[in-house]
Amino acid sequence: MSTTERTEAVREDGVIQSVSGPVVTATDLDARMNDVVYVGEEGLMGEVIEIEGNLTTIQVYEETSGVGPGEPVENTGEPLSVDLGPGLLDTIYDGVQRPLDELEEKMGSAYLDRGVDAPGIDLERSWEFTPTVEVGDEVAPGDVVGEVPETESITHKVLVPPTFEGGEVTAVEAGEFTVEEVVVELSSGEEITMHQEWPVRKARPANEKETPTIPLVSGQRILDGLFPIAKGGTAAIPGPFGSGKTVTQHQLAKWADADIVVYVGCGERGNEMTEVIEDFPELEDPKTGKPLMSRTCLIANTSNMPVAARESCIYTGITIAEYFRDMGYDVALMADSTSRWAEAMREISSRLEEMPGEEGYPAYLAAALSEFYERAGKFNLIGGGEGSISVIGAVSPPGGDFSEPVTQNTLRIVKTFWALDADLAERRHFPSINWDESYSLYRQQLDPWYRENVAEEYPEIRQWGIDTLDEEGELQEIVQLVGKDALPEDQQLTLEVARYLREAWLQQNAFHDVDTYCEPEKTYRMLLAIKTFNDEAFAALDAGVPIEEIQDVDAAPRLNRMGTAEEWTEFIDELEADLETQIRELY
Amino acid sequence: MKEYQTITEISGPLVFAEVDEPVGYDEIVEIETPAGETLRGQVLESSEGLVSIQVFEGTSGIDRNASVRFLGETMKMPVTEDLLGRVLDGSGRPIDGGPEIVPDERQDIVGAAINPYSREYPEEFIQTGVSAIDGMNTLVRGQKLPIFSGSGLPHNEIALQIARQATVPEEDEGGEGSEFAVIFGAMGITQEEANEFMADFERTGALERSVVFMNLADDPAVERTVTPRLALTTAEYLAFEKGYHVLVILTDITNYCEALREIGAAREEVPGRRGYPGYMYTDLAQLYERAGRIEGREGSVTQIPILTMPSDDITHPIPDLTGYITEGQIIVDRSLNSQGTEPPINVLPSLSRLMDDGIGEGLTRGDHGDVSDQLYAAYAEGEDLRDLVNIVGREALTERDNKFLDFADRFEDEFIQQGYETNRSIEDTLEIGWDLLSMLPREELNRIDEEAIAEHYREEAAEAVGAD
Ligand SMILES: Nc1ncnc2c1ncn2[C@@H]1O[C@H](COP(=O)(O)OP(=O)(O)OP(=O)(O)O)[C@@H](O)[C@H]1O
Ligand SMILES: [Mg+2]
Repeated sequence: MSTTERTEAVREDGVIQSVSGPVVTATDLDARMNDVVYVGEEGLMGEVIEIEGNLTTIQVYEETSGVGPGEPVENTGEPLSVDLGPGLLDTIYDGVQRPLDELEEKMGSAYLDRGVDAPGIDLERSWEFTPTVEVGDEVAPGDVVGEVPETESITHKVLVPPTFEGGEVTAVEAGEFTVEEVVVELSSGEEITMHQEWPVRKARPANEKETPTIPLVSGQRILDGLFPIAKGGTAAIPGPFGSGKTVTQHQLAKWADADIVVYVGCGERGNEMTEVIEDFPELEDPKTGKPLMSRTCLIANTSNMPVAARESCIYTGITIAEYFRDMGYDVALMADSTSRWAEAMREISSRLEEMPGEEGYPAYLAAALSEFYERAGKFNLIGGGEGSISVIGAVSPPGGDFSEPVTQNTLRIVKTFWALDADLAERRHFPSINWDESYSLYRQQLDPWYRENVAEEYPEIRQWGIDTLDEEGELQEIVQLVGKDALPEDQQLTLEVARYLREAWLQQNAFHDVDTYCEPEKTYRMLLAIKTFNDEAFAALDAGVPIEEIQDVDAAPRLNRMGTAEEWTEFIDELEADLETQIRELY
Repeated sequence: MKEYQTITEISGPLVFAEVDEPVGYDEIVEIETPAGETLRGQVLESSEGLVSIQVFEGTSGIDRNASVRFLGETMKMPVTEDLLGRVLDGSGRPIDGGPEIVPDERQDIVGAAINPYSREYPEEFIQTGVSAIDGMNTLVRGQKLPIFSGSGLPHNEIALQIARQATVPEEDEGGEGSEFAVIFGAMGITQEEANEFMADFERTGALERSVVFMNLADDPAVERTVTPRLALTTAEYLAFEKGYHVLVILTDITNYCEALREIGAAREEVPGRRGYPGYMYTDLAQLYERAGRIEGREGSVTQIPILTMPSDDITHPIPDLTGYITEGQIIVDRSLNSQGTEPPINVLPSLSRLMDDGIGEGLTRGDHGDVSDQLYAAYAEGEDLRDLVNIVGREALTERDNKFLDFADRFEDEFIQQGYETNRSIEDTLEIGWDLLSMLPREELNRIDEEAIAEHYREEAAEAVGAD
């Protein structure tokens, strides 16, 4: 969290009038909406959320036990903002951008104490600044003026803040600087440092959006293969508990080919964040070979942490994402779970005794969701060039029922829908993404990319896969009534092929060293191998070979081992050859 | 300390009183009734001049002349290692006739959140001796794994069996056998159920390493909101300050949630789903998230909350919100129970999310993960076929299908079924798994590594099945 020196804007302090959980009211506080205030003797951080006459309502980001009326409230006169600059990556924050490692140190405890604040980026550390402008150059807001090697894999670009006027560069320095030292001076009198602040509830400016045409490759077969998301796209993963939202989000955070990953753990489990902190430094980015953590920023406001900070953590995350977008990067943001965020809004809203909308959610739920997802996209940047933010939000519908307000309002906005299915999860079909219900509206606009980069026939082969699965769905209904043996042989064979599609292709074990990541070429080759089996098998059937013999060819079950095969090109080449020979031998 | 005789309103479990000095939110209050009884409560809302108080023991006996004292601090639990072996009521007062408890420290019962950065990821396998858990839904130290049950089902037997048998195997070899300290938090259970637990604790000598908190069905409902917090505060103290591995059994979470609903209704809050408060997710998370391990500390807190699903409905808000917070769930199944399976655990909807990191080479056995996956897949397939066979009969099924049907039956009869007194090692459990998997044709075992199949698959069994 940005800890601006209290500017002259600091106004009159107020006095607490009442306390009820995270909601505190104060009198005599001269504040604007969304100003950050410090509440009580301990100085707990809060934000103004309602002003009514002399009474100001504040949501407090820390526990309020023991705080009582009469205690002071101090206004900072600044809206809730994040610190931006080198040092954001390879870091874990709480919902108001306090670095959790700092907090541990300052509090001297494994428990989160109250009233301790810390800047979002290290203000003392120096960074190697290399200017990319010279004295005399004209620069405008959003332009890059220099670079800093932030982590092993990411070069941080120092920008002219969007709020600046810009002008001619009058002085520029190279070398080691802290983020607060001036590195570039402009004729406008403006001084550029590596540190910016930005109010989280306000989108950083960008020019118009473009239609995204490049996929965010995830290394997950069902996503890349059937329901791709674009770089700059939006996706939702709704599902009941235990169906695989978090595992899918983690997989994306690990393997998606974004430049930067912002992972927001919003109201979920502590151990899941610990897992990321422990795993990511050990994992390599398949693209760069660098530790994954060096492109990652984590925001963890777990379910037991204060609910008001859960409400804000989504905004903290998306603002950091926008900042890296402005540098021209492709950013992917995962929010797990947006339902907890919506519930935080509901909780605060009900303490304010606002008029509830559907299922007690505030009437502005739909607006808040769409404002958030609108901050995703492929943008033309104000400084020139392009950058993108892809947003993937998990949704946790009560009772797994997708008809509830958060799921429904989300589906109205997002273009990719990965529907998790408890039934698949129960039979350990992972990822438990239901192929009938899910969709991606990006499929067509991404096809040219797949044709060019994976295989010219990709869309057609994919369609074959989809058709086969559809047919299986219809046949299964009949099988449920009469049993499989009652079906004609060609239909039985379709069922067999579809089984391979499900078990060998759609299923993917996130915990297997090899299977966890599947490049698009492999995804395609695996599908093609199943199609080879299909084509050979049907040819044999036509030639009069009994179906049992076809099903029993030795090579067929090896289809199930493609995913875990390390040397997959050889494995699949050999498998296809064997399938061909063995089936052809039958007639 | 100032005394007020300013009660203005009494409503359900709530009392409203006027005050002329500021009172802190969450502060503890003592109310003395005209009959001389002292009741305890907590500040739910504090505004200038007026506070609302939730009274743990219920408000009966309070009238407008009762006097109210604010203790100036939030609720604390006196903790000490000497608590082991003691039985306390739902508010933490000894009821076993033992000596007074001399606390080492007094700790806030509303535990602060563990900094996610300070946690250590749980990955030490706990052997419970129950195949359905160890083999299929492995529990690890520091996990929160609830039992979802229904009224009249043997969840208590399962919890007791776990409490009795749970060990961490590697330390067994050191001869010491690492036992768990057990914290038992009862909320609104019947005297009979309580006796069942106490008898078992006494029979096995477990009481010595247990702390028992008892809020029974006829104890005040509002007290149930503090009982689990007292229990967890004690657990955290023993685990993170005294190095114990603590197993916390909380029963019945459903009663706890009913108490929350009652308070919410009394406060005239806007209710959430089915009348439960909108903040119930957060409230439950503040209990469940107190399980875990902390970097650099010896002990651990493992939680096994028990809840009875109203009308066996897993989508009911109580199991639903719990499932969204805990790291899996063990499901007790009514039809397995009537079929006589002990324990009647349905593994299909059960889940342990921390299993993957707690098992495998060096932890349990290299083939554990694959075996469990394959057992799941095969059992699910067999289960599906049961519906079909009812319609078309066995003859209409393929030979393959018939094998899966047989598999499902034997899986329930041999793998799940074991009785409440049998303690199976993980080796035993996996071997039974292989016995069953060997009924299926070798090429059907597509989730298992080929080397493991070569090592464990029993050729004879497959032939025997093929022959009949
Ligand atoms: N791709 C996968 N490969 C292997 N196992 C998986 C996969 N996806 C999910 N699982 C299994 O399912 C379990 C539950 O998944 P996950 O934790 O992602 O559920 P969730 O939808 O996030 O649930 P909740 O809403 O309660 O957080 C995991 O612990 C893991 O065992
Ligand atoms: Mg999850």
